[in-house]
Amino acid sequence: MKSATIQLETLACPSCLQKIEGALKSLEGIEKDTAKVSFNTSKVKLNFDEEKLSIEDIENAISKLGYEVIKYKVK
Amino acid sequence: MQRQILKNKNKITVVNAILIVVGFLSKWTVGNIEIFTWSLVIASVLGVSPIAIQAYQALRVKVVSIDVLVTIAVIGAFLIRNFEESAIVTFLFLFGAYLEQRTLNKTRSAIKELTEMAPENALKLMEDGEFLEVEVDEVDVGDILLVKTGAKIPVDGTVLTGEGSINEASITGESIPVAKEKGSKVYAGTILDNGTIQIVADRVGEDTTFGKIIELVEEAQDSKSEAERFIDRFSKYYTPAVLVLAFIVWLISRNIELAITILVLGCPGALVIGVPVSHVAGIGNGARHGVLLKGSEVISDFSRLDTMVFDKTGTLTVGNPSVAEKEYYGDKIEEALGYLASIERESDHPLAKAVLEDISEITISVVEDTEVIKGEGIIASVNGHRVAVGNVALMERENVKIDERAKNDIARFEKNGNSLVLTSVNGELKVLMGVRDQIRPGVKDDLMKLKKLRVKNLIVLSGDNQGTVDLVSSKLGLTEAHGNMLPEDKSAYIKKLIEKGHIVAFVGDGVNDSPSLALANIGIAMGSGTDVAIETSDVVLMNSDFSRLPHALGLTKATARNMRQNIIIAVGVVMILLASLIFSDWMNMSIGMLVHEGSILAVILNGMRLLRYKLRQ
Repeated sequence: MKSATIQLETLACPSCLQKIEGALKSLEGIEKDTAKVSFNTSKVKLNFDEEKLSIEDIENAISKLGYEVIKYKVK
Repeated sequence: MQRQILKNKNKITVVNAILIVVGFLSKWTVGNIEIFTWSLVIASVLGVSPIAIQAYQALRVKVVSIDVLVTIAVIGAFLIRNFEESAIVTFLFLFGAYLEQRTLNKTRSAIKELTEMAPENALKLMEDGEFLEVEVDEVDVGDILLVKTGAKIPVDGTVLTGEGSINEASITGESIPVAKEKGSKVYAGTILDNGTIQIVADRVGEDTTFGKIIELVEEAQDSKSEAERFIDRFSKYYTPAVLVLAFIVWLISRNIELAITILVLGCPGALVIGVPVSHVAGIGNGARHGVLLKGSEVISDFSRLDTMVFDKTGTLTVGNPSVAEKEYYGDKIEEALGYLASIERESDHPLAKAVLEDISEITISVVEDTEVIKGEGIIASVNGHRVAVGNVALMERENVKIDERAKNDIARFEKNGNSLVLTSVNGELKVLMGVRDQIRPGVKDDLMKLKKLRVKNLIVLSGDNQGTVDLVSSKLGLTEAHGNMLPEDKSAYIKKLIEKGHIVAFVGDGVNDSPSLALANIGIAMGSGTDVAIETSDVVLMNSDFSRLPHALGLTKATARNMRQNIIIAVGVVMILLASLIFSDWMNMSIGMLVHEGSILAVILNGMRLLRYKLRQ
């Protein structure tokens, strides 16, 4: 399990959160309870299984929704 | 394709606007209906595309978002060939979203300023003995780093070599530079004003004090209060409900125009954004002024506070006894003061320190035959004179005559809460000093401000004796003062206050009173950014600065008020819109969208006022 912190472009609508959270939770290999999108900091925090998917897959899923990933940190 | 459209949303908005203008111009000036219709059709299709994509994405994760409502409304308007409305609504929605994002960035600016103070690079000692610039994430505990003048300290560490002065404002709020030398602790995010130092990393990244402060503030701004969670739940059902309502209206009335107007009017935008906006601006203002508020639950409790408890007299006093009053008797005072200083110099009694600080520069003589009399003072021989320094009992033992004037002075000093230091030379009283801990400057004004902010009870609980506590209390006009209290007595007392229905804040340094800090409705730590204080409390006053306390209370009150205003604006606007749809004939989709976007901007701008909040004098 690795934990990732992803910085997104500024989120402007609270429903963006639900969208991003929904999209992330549908990915295989993400620990669902840990996926948290915060509105004001425009950050995503989650734990994921690096054997099942990579941080790039996660980045892709988010940018497919139209939200730009500015940077991420994996620990 | 999807991504391209979303990326170019702003450009689409501009083209959309131009098309609408061209359309209306051609209608009004040359009366060309064909150009008018076609440009609005194109504007509608272009404008709705990013909204529809967002709606589709939302529906895929089973969320009925505002985009869904607007998309259906626009398609509906298109179907009944009302291109005017479909085009204008898409423009207003896109342009509104753009303005929202811009203004939201402003409300978040204060916190962003804080996070941008985080160090990014470090000069790290590599294996080849050279210092190389690396990202701060690549620094591990134990690494040796070089910091040059003007640079940020990248990690929490200890100075290995070199010296310099550091501005620690980012941690303590205190901007007077602090001198550092070998062995001194340095903190991430502080700035080396001058000098060059090498440090060894003790804590890196999020473990540093600065990292913790940032994490705390970031978490605080996204923590949700009960009210916010309610609104979240509410909007989850609200948007689908609007959709269902519009559908039912259409079924009954067969009036598409009416149904799609309801879709637009029902958008919950201002409601879902109003509370988070106040919240982030309030916390941001606090962060700028050295007040860390841990979340919105804290804001709501703090704003309703009626009782404030201080952990010890030391919070209200300077905590550093000093000579407050003095009287001299007879002649050769200069000599007597010299003897006094010479004797006190060899003592480690707290009163001696205060006396020395007061006398400071004077000729020091050799002290011989020192005799310490426990509980009374010191007798010694200086330059062949017999000198006694101590309390009244010691003077009596030495048969020192105390005349009427001195007796009055002693009585007055004692009444003012001083500890007495008398000095006699060869059996004659020369100097009387009154030493006491002084009230912190400004504390009295700050307490007055708190009272004005409707804090009814100001209470001090102290381990000091009741006399000292009463004195501080009467000077400051506290409502209650209790001395001789142990930490467990304090927490029991706070429990009792809460049981009586008071909303209690406990102000302390969090060192030995953490149970009380945790137990009180609001624990306020007056720490200079220490870990314990940051973790156990609800509010942290960065610089141990008492004057931040009224600002903190005023700010939370203003923030709570601001949230209520925003909820009223949001709910009020939706109600007025729906009412005017029923009771008037001028309401349509475009006006609805305009008012709606206006209300969103209104709540954001209202929230932004908090960034400039200052306590009125």
